[in-house]
Amino acid sequence: MKRRVLVSAFCILHSAFAFASANAPFRWGGDSEGGAPFVEADPNNPAIVRGFDVEVAEEIAKGLGRRAEFVQVTFTAIDQSVERGDFEIGMSGVEDTPPRRGAHATTIPYFEFHEVLTVRAEDRNRYRTFADLRGHKVGTLAGTIAYDKLLEAQSEYGIEVVSYDDDVHPYTDVRQGRLDAVLLDNIIAARSERRVAGLYTQPVPVTTGHYIGVLAKKNTALRDQVNEILKARMRDGTLERIYRKWGIWDSYQPAFFSGILGGGLSGAPAPSPARTGGGAGAPQRTHTQLIISYIPSLLKASIVTIVLSCAAMALAVFCGILIASGRVYGGAITRLLLTSYVEIVRGTPVLLQLFVLYYGLASVIRLPAFVAALLGLGLNYAAYKSEIYRGALEAVPRGQLEAARTLGFTERQIFSLVRGPQAFRLALAPMTNDFVALLKDSSLVSVLTVVELTKQTSIFATNIGNWAIPGALCAALYLVLSLPLSRLARNLEEKWRAASE
Amino acid sequence: MILRVDRLQLSRGARAVLRGVSFSADRGELIALMGLSGGGKTTILRAIAALEAFDSGAIEVDGVALEPRGATPRARLRELRRRVGMVFQMHYLFEHLSATDNITLAPLHVAHVTRGDAEKRAGELLQSLGVGHRRNAFPRELSGGEAQRVAIARAMAMDPPLLLMDEPTASLDPARRHELGETLVELTRGGRTLIVTTHDDDFARDFATRVVILAEGEIVEEGNPREVLTNPQHAATRALLQGVQ
Repeated sequence: MKRRVLVSAFCILHSAFAFASANAPFRWGGDSEGGAPFVEADPNNPAIVRGFDVEVAEEIAKGLGRRAEFVQVTFTAIDQSVERGDFEIGMSGVEDTPPRRGAHATTIPYFEFHEVLTVRAEDRNRYRTFADLRGHKVGTLAGTIAYDKLLEAQSEYGIEVVSYDDDVHPYTDVRQGRLDAVLLDNIIAARSERRVAGLYTQPVPVTTGHYIGVLAKKNTALRDQVNEILKARMRDGTLERIYRKWGIWDSYQPAFFSGILGGGLSGAPAPSPARTGGGAGAPQRTHTQLIISYIPSLLKASIVTIVLSCAAMALAVFCGILIASGRVYGGAITRLLLTSYVEIVRGTPVLLQLFVLYYGLASVIRLPAFVAALLGLGLNYAAYKSEIYRGALEAVPRGQLEAARTLGFTERQIFSLVRGPQAFRLALAPMTNDFVALLKDSSLVSVLTVVELTKQTSIFATNIGNWAIPGALCAALYLVLSLPLSRLARNLEEKWRAASE
Repeated sequence: MILRVDRLQLSRGARAVLRGVSFSADRGELIALMGLSGGGKTTILRAIAALEAFDSGAIEVDGVALEPRGATPRARLRELRRRVGMVFQMHYLFEHLSATDNITLAPLHVAHVTRGDAEKRAGELLQSLGVGHRRNAFPRELSGGEAQRVAIARAMAMDPPLLLMDEPTASLDPARRHELGETLVELTRGGRTLIVTTHDDDFARDFATRVVILAEGEIVEEGNPREVLTNPQHAATRALLQGVQ
């Protein structure tokens, strides 16, 4: 009797597990920051997402007999995340590129888009092509086909490339005059034209690309299933219905669909106008060549990092000394104002301060990205530095200040001859730490379109579909920059200690 | 007369530290200010050096008067600083500068003499105070006695007619005290006046021209050190002598 109960309990459990795995949710990853029409949070219920990518994912889930479950992931991390197993397929405007096909299992393309130039409406006749934009600034989303295309145009036409982390700010920056054009997917351009008044998108595409789904490299079985489902939905008109619903069905899609269904553009990497860009019809570059081709831009980016860090440090030291002196010597109102400044700056994220400086104040003063980055970091660190200096100033014995007073020095002389020099020596060790921290924090300014070392590394990693080598190179460069600084400061410290021992 | 202190009153919060102190000093005198701790000795020196504001009364150094409540005009304060030097009990040498640089800093930046002259004078001062060999040493390398001599040289470099010294004998052994006494007597030659706070009655007896006894913010007795310290008239003076012995 007992045994029978146990056996039946086991059967129930077993079937429950079997049921669960067959009906485990189909986890797919996308970035809802990408927004409509790809993936956006539903305005009526922000807990759920909607968009054409969402509906395509749901069709795939339906075809697999499972329930779709959305996983939020940063756009640039989709490839890494799918390999880690955070979800089974990534698909929110994921582009079809040779490195991606090489590094992951990718589906057949399910949508054809075009890279188009968007300019200010008044410039529609002035900036039609790359050739018209010589010497001008053109922005795009980092780590995309459009970005690679712009890098080629940079050497070929002398265009200045500005990279963004999102696809909204390039368009507002065109309107505000920070940029002269944006190169991005026609869907994004059309959406931005609706959102930002006074923009015009050139009708002739610069190049063509496709959206695909990306899966972990070993997950080819599921990929093949997904391909069959996508083809079936192309054939039965489901995809057309979805694309029409989201207003992205255009005259290019029918030819693209029949190409796919005819086997022309299926699974295997096939030449497309997007890919001919990779060296004007040259054969695909090997992994090593690809890595070597990125080294000059990494070196250039590390120059940006070191120039920015040094300039921001100089600003921080200067302002930090002013703030500290004001707080030690100033009247009640000065002290209150400076204390508030320090507390506000220390109590809010530096990322927020950078955004406010660059985007928030754009209507009042349009700071160039590098200047905004310099001010943001410099003024932020000034608050921290001022605390170090204040502590150091107060650590100089009061008796020495009185001794100096009896000798007839003015207060200003006491500061510059007695108090300041001793405080500076006390502050030197914490300052060194701060400089190394600043060097690393300078990576935050990539949100302001400044391509520094970390940003360049992440673009690099996205494009070759691998973080290991770019990450190691980037770390090595940071160490090359920071170790001599630490050493220099240590030597100075020792020199001064030796001098006063 | 180089110094006149008249009915000086000074309080910290509700506590009266000085309750109407009057005394004066002539050129060339070496005055020992004595009294139990907390009697107001150091406060008098700090008030004369304009490091602490007083409530009422008068302080006048060589014709330059300090105003109560820190109201002395800046130009007059500068005049006073030129006339009054001070050596602190803790010396308070500038830690980042060598002995020579400690001494030349004020001549260079306040009196604006040339570096050559300032360094020559610093060398002479250090030599005469017996620490010529320590001219390049930094404060933390000096012994207590050496630091004291450098601090004296620093004050002397501005050649003030009135030199105030707070507890110079406190950290010295008897042999060193005697050396210091002779050095201070040397400093009064040529008319310089020294006011020295001390707990050491032997030192006062041997080197001071006059002793002033303070108790609870008032002067209770003053006069020739041998007389006052041998035959004390006031209970506070007797307590002081018993406490020390």
